[in-house]
Parts: sequence; C-alpha cells; structure tokens
Amino acid sequence: MSRSQILRENIVKESPRDDLIRKDRFPHIWCPGCSLGTVLKCYVEAIASSNIPIDKHVVVSGIGCTGRIAGYIKLDSYHVTHGRPIAFAEGMRIVRPDLEVTVISGDGDLVTIGGNHFIHAIRRNVDINVFLVNNFIYGMTGNQMGSTTPIGARSSTSPYGCPEYPFNLPLLVASLGAPFVARWTTLHVRQLADAMKRALQVKGFAFIEIITSCPVGFGSYNELREGLDFIKLFRDSCVVDHNADLTKVGITLRPGEPIVLGNFVDREVPTYHDLEKEVFKKAGWLK
Amino acid sequence: MTLKIVREPINKHIQKIPLGWIHIIPERCKECGFCIELCPKDVLIVGNERNIKGYRWPKIADGKAYDCIACKMCEWICPEFAIFVKEVERGEVV
Amino acid sequence: MSGELKLLKPGTHFLMGNIACAEAALIAGCEFYAGYPITPSNEIAEHMSRRMPELGRHFIQMEDEIASAVAILGASAAGVKSMTATSGPGFSLMMESIGLSAMLELPCVIVDVQRAGPSTGIPTFVGQGDVMQSRWGSHGDYELVVYAPSSVQEFFDLTIEAFNTSEWLRIPTIVLSDEVVGHMYGRLEVPPYDKITIINRKKYEGRKEDYLPYNYETLIPPFVAAGEGYRIHMTGLTHDERGYPSLEIEDSHKLLERLVMKVRKNAKNLWKYESYFIDDADIVVITFGITARASIEAVKRARKEGLKIGLLKLLTLWPFPEDPVKIASQYARRILVAEINMGQLIHPVREVAECPVASINYPVGYVPPPEYILDGIRAAV
Repeated sequence: MSRSQILRENIVKESPRDDLIRKDRFPHIWCPGCSLGTVLKCYVEAIASSNIPIDKHVVVSGIGCTGRIAGYIKLDSYHVTHGRPIAFAEGMRIVRPDLEVTVISGDGDLVTIGGNHFIHAIRRNVDINVFLVNNFIYGMTGNQMGSTTPIGARSSTSPYGCPEYPFNLPLLVASLGAPFVARWTTLHVRQLADAMKRALQVKGFAFIEIITSCPVGFGSYNELREGLDFIKLFRDSCVVDHNADLTKVGITLRPGEPIVLGNFVDREVPTYHDLEKEVFKKAGWLK
Repeated sequence: MTLKIVREPINKHIQKIPLGWIHIIPERCKECGFCIELCPKDVLIVGNERNIKGYRWPKIADGKAYDCIACKMCEWICPEFAIFVKEVERGEVV
Repeated sequence: MSGELKLLKPGTHFLMGNIACAEAALIAGCEFYAGYPITPSNEIAEHMSRRMPELGRHFIQMEDEIASAVAILGASAAGVKSMTATSGPGFSLMMESIGLSAMLELPCVIVDVQRAGPSTGIPTFVGQGDVMQSRWGSHGDYELVVYAPSSVQEFFDLTIEAFNTSEWLRIPTIVLSDEVVGHMYGRLEVPPYDKITIINRKKYEGRKEDYLPYNYETLIPPFVAAGEGYRIHMTGLTHDERGYPSLEIEDSHKLLERLVMKVRKNAKNLWKYESYFIDDADIVVITFGITARASIEAVKRARKEGLKIGLLKLLTLWPFPEDPVKIASQYARRILVAEINMGQLIHPVREVAECPVASINYPVGYVPPPEYILDGIRAAV
C-alpha cells in the first residue's frame, strides 16, 4: 500500500460510537448546522467514560427538537409528553436507585411548560441529571418565542422583538440549592463532556445548560443564518468564569455582552433519597 | 536581571506530533461546515461529491494528508457522527 | 422485617372507603404512590404516606396532578406497580398522562374520588360527573378500563381488580369512586391472601436480540423494565414495533388497532355487574356507585308496591357492559338510568338499549333519597 493511499480520507459506513446510537435511524431529523447531534456526541462520550454500566443509564426526554434525542441514543430511552420528562424521571429514579437517569430536553419543554416540575425537582434534590438544551426558541413548532428568548430577539411570534425578560437559568437552579450547575455551549465540546461526566457522578440534581446553535430557527430571525455564524458567536462572545456572579450571567446576545460559561456550582447537598431513608427508619422499615 | 521562564516539557525530545487518519461516513453529512471551520490545521475542505441528500461531504485538502494531528475536534463537533479520526503511528505509513 | 406481615390482615374490618382502597393497593403490590392533595381523596394519600414507608415502598407528594400522573408512569417503566388518587379537577389535569400510559402501554392505576363539579364545584360533596371524562378525557383513540365501586368492600375489591387488569392488559385503569363511597365507613372482609388473585405484568422471556417492545404478533406485548439491558425506546409518537417513531400507514393502523383491541377483545371478561329482581322486571334501573345504594332501596320499595322493577348495578363502566344492558332492554319495557349528574351514562345505555331509555338525574352534590328515585320509577310506570 502506498503512502498516499493510506492517508486519504477513508470512506466508511459506521463510526466507532455506533454502539451507543441508534444507527439505523441516522441521519437524524435535525437541520444542517443544528448542534443537537453534538450534544448527543458529548453525552455518548460522557457515559462511555463514566464508571456506571452502560445498561444502567436511562435517558428521558420531552417534546421538541431536543426531545428527539431519546430516539437516537441506544440506551433505555423514554420520549414522554411535553414538559413532563423530569416528573417521569423522578418516579423512575425514586423506585430504582440503581439507574442513572438523565433528562435531556429543551428550554421550552423543561422550563416553560415544565417549569413547575423543574423547580420542584431541584428543591427536592432528586438524584437525576438534567441537560437542558437552550436554543432560545421553539424550533420544532416553527420558531415561536419562549421563556429563554432574549429581550428584543425576533421570532415567529415576536416579529417586533421579544418583549419579555428571559430566565437566567444558572441563577435560578443555584438559588434552589442544586449541587451542580454548569453552562457550556456546543462549541466547548470537551468541557461540556467533562461537565456531563461530572454531573453523572454528582449525587443529587445536576444541571447543565447547553447553549446550542439553531440556524434554521432562531438564527433565521436573528441574523445567524448558518451554523457557523453561531460557532463564531460562541467563539467571540463566550467567557469562561467558574466563579462568576450568577446574578450577572443572564444571556442578552447583545454585542459586547458576554455569554458566561463554566462549572458554576459543585457542592454536596443531601439528596431526596438520603432524606427518604430517614423516613424509612422512622417508619420501622430500616434499622 | 530579569528571569525569563520558558515553559517547555522536560520530555520534549521524546514527544511526537500525533498523526490522525480521517474517516468519513458520507451518507450522514449535512454540510454544516463545522469540521472544516474548526480544524486547527485546515486539513479539510468542502468536497466535490454529493451524497443522496445533496450535501457535499468534506475531503482532505491537497497536500494536507499528513497535517492532521488527531485533535479530533472534527469528530467531537460533528452533529451527525459522520466523521472520526483514528490516531496512527507515523511509522505505519512511511 | 417482612413487608407481607404488615398488610391488612384477612378477616373483618370496619374501615373508611378511601382507606380500604389504600390497603387494597398495598395488597395488590403497589410500590409507588405519587399524589397531590385534593378533597375528597386525601385519606388515600395520607394513609399511603404512613403505610408505604412501613413496607419499604415509596410515597411522594408531587407538585401537581400532572406530575403525579407522569411520575407513576416513570415508576411503571422502571417495572413497579404504581398509583395515584385524585378528584375531578386533578383528574382533568391527568388526562394527558392517561393518553401517554395507553400509548406507551405502561400500566398504572388512577383513583378518582368524584366530587361535585364542574370546575371547583363543591369539593366536599358528591358527584358522578366524570363518567364520560374517564373514558374520553384524553385525546386520540385508546381504550381503558373504568371500575365504579358502590361500597367499602367494592372499593377494596375493585382497586385490586384495577391493578390486575392494568398489569394484564398494560393499560391505565381507573377506579371511579365518589365522595360518599370514599368517606363512608363500612364492613370490609379481607379474604385470606392465597384467595386474592394478584396479576403481574408478563415479562419478556427470550433472546435479547429478538425483543420488540411492541411486537405486532402479540396483542399484549411482554414487558421489559428500564435497566435490564434491552435498550428499549418508548415514545408517545406513533411508533412501529421497535418503538421507533413512524409515519407509515400500516404502523399507525396496527398500533391503534392493538391499543383498542386488547380491551375490546377482552371486554366480556372485564364486565362486572350485579342484577337485582331483573328476571320479571318491566322497568330496569341502571345505575352505579353511590346512586346504586339508594336505587336498590327504591327498587325494594317499588316491589312492595307491586311494581315489577329490576336493577342493574354496573361495576365496570368502561368498556361499557353492552350485553347485559342489551339483554335487560329486550325483556324490559323501559330503562331508567339513575346518576348524580345531568345525564352521562345514559348515552352508552341508549346506544345499545332496544327499549326507551330515560334518565333519573339528581342535582350534583347530593345523594338522591330512595323516594326521589321511586318517584322517577312511578312516573315511568
């Protein structure tokens, strides 16, 4: 074999991570330039390098573009109703401590329609991981504004600019006592995968906000028409600050105002399951 | 007198620059351009051939076949699981 | 410490309906209870919060009824029997999950202790206004089983039955009780445990590679739980037999056919009803729940007056017991449907009856006195 032959790009049919994705469903439905596949890649790498047996990982997702992740990952995966994956995951985790339950879903699903379940799961500190993919918009339904759309951003239901304040999610989650809070973008793949790996280890509610590209949805209304425009945005405006003041990490997407990333919170907090053990003791079940 | 600190690995003499061998699954590519944009060595360019959905998958730029350092950024960033890099020994190909 | 010893002992008890329901769930093997406070179902949750931890089982009070109904599905997907209890307003919030339960084929039991409605209604008073909602509340085509107890004993028996049916058919089942049955104290006979039938969902046995979560060749596919290594996918989207989303016409057809046929084909085995004085009856009163108690007394008084009145008490409301109602209508001159609402169960009765059907409705909030039903009977004579 000659030297040049060996190093030509090699055209193949399968990737080495195909054991963890439902390859019979690829290529997936996400648009060109959408980074949801990158989120999937980072999650796959995180579970592959975690010490938890692969068969004990469970993914629950809700409705929306991100909700489709459950259908592409080759684990026990549940695609439930809009806004409800956290409640589903709580029920599952409470009865089966051996499972590592991860919710991967979108901003509209988890904090808008599912906001109530979200805050209460954090308050309880149920041992689940929640990877919230924030694309600033409702993509699947046709690019309507949501609770994470920055002020002034246009969408199909805010043609004059969004008139509402968006959530500052890391602040919200940290204020409710979560043991792990991080934010990364899909450009920061290795940091994101490391944060996911850490989230899998953390006991209690581990939260990562993943800022993602959405060129066909959010981008088409806001001068970010290509996936690469988002990559440039992330490269130019992201600042990594693990000790950031969380009151100041709200995302505006205005020029000159940074998107602050980092593993903001990593602390030990007794979980719901620890406290439930006390109940079992008082009820006489556990000694 | 100023003290100039030069950070240099103490095992620099045995360090090798890794060499990567790029693998592509053309049917999965959606031509988002992430791998091309984010390659630190500019190894990849837009290809000429189109897959069944009409997307042009990336190819290695002329003369860049040995420039891949196996950082795997393209593999990580690819949303389609359509590209991956295997690290190979330089000795294997010379 | 063994959990079995702490179940309600066989023998005679004097218990509140709601508590009998909770104890029945424990005997049926309920491992997870999620609920949200709502009158008049609270005693179930309160009793469960004390009893479940004694048995090493899980009780959680969720943030709303939506979360409660979804959490029990999560537990069910993990392989355990689960339930929730609520009343009208909460039941309305659970509709979404009833559809999800039917679609994912995850067994669960929902107890609806009906109160006066619509909307907030009279929370502490009785109603029977959820008959139609229990069957048709969630969108799309699906079938489920609804039981309606009229006494403490029936509340106990039908709760166990609801768990069994749910596990057998992999469907949501509903126990449609009401405020009076829930709060009344009554005699309860708990049979010896070996005389109580407990059904558990059929588990898959076979090669892992061959497993299909929604195998077209089975009416009720065998179940595998999360974490068993099958790496299954379940979705609320219309799916094929692998569980993957599908837009194909045959997948949609086969899925929906299976979802409805597993109940329709077994309907005859699911019908539970009791008949009183029906053999020579000119007029048959069809009723359920607490109204049946008042109606039986009315029918007895009518018999004393020499009127040939019979009664059919439905314990299964859905799938609607068509055959017994149809047969009754073939011999009777008239059917009267007594219920505490403005006329709900009368619709399926009218659909199958071959004689004229009329309603005896009573204002929501109150149990009709026997005289009221007797007046209705006399008017029909």
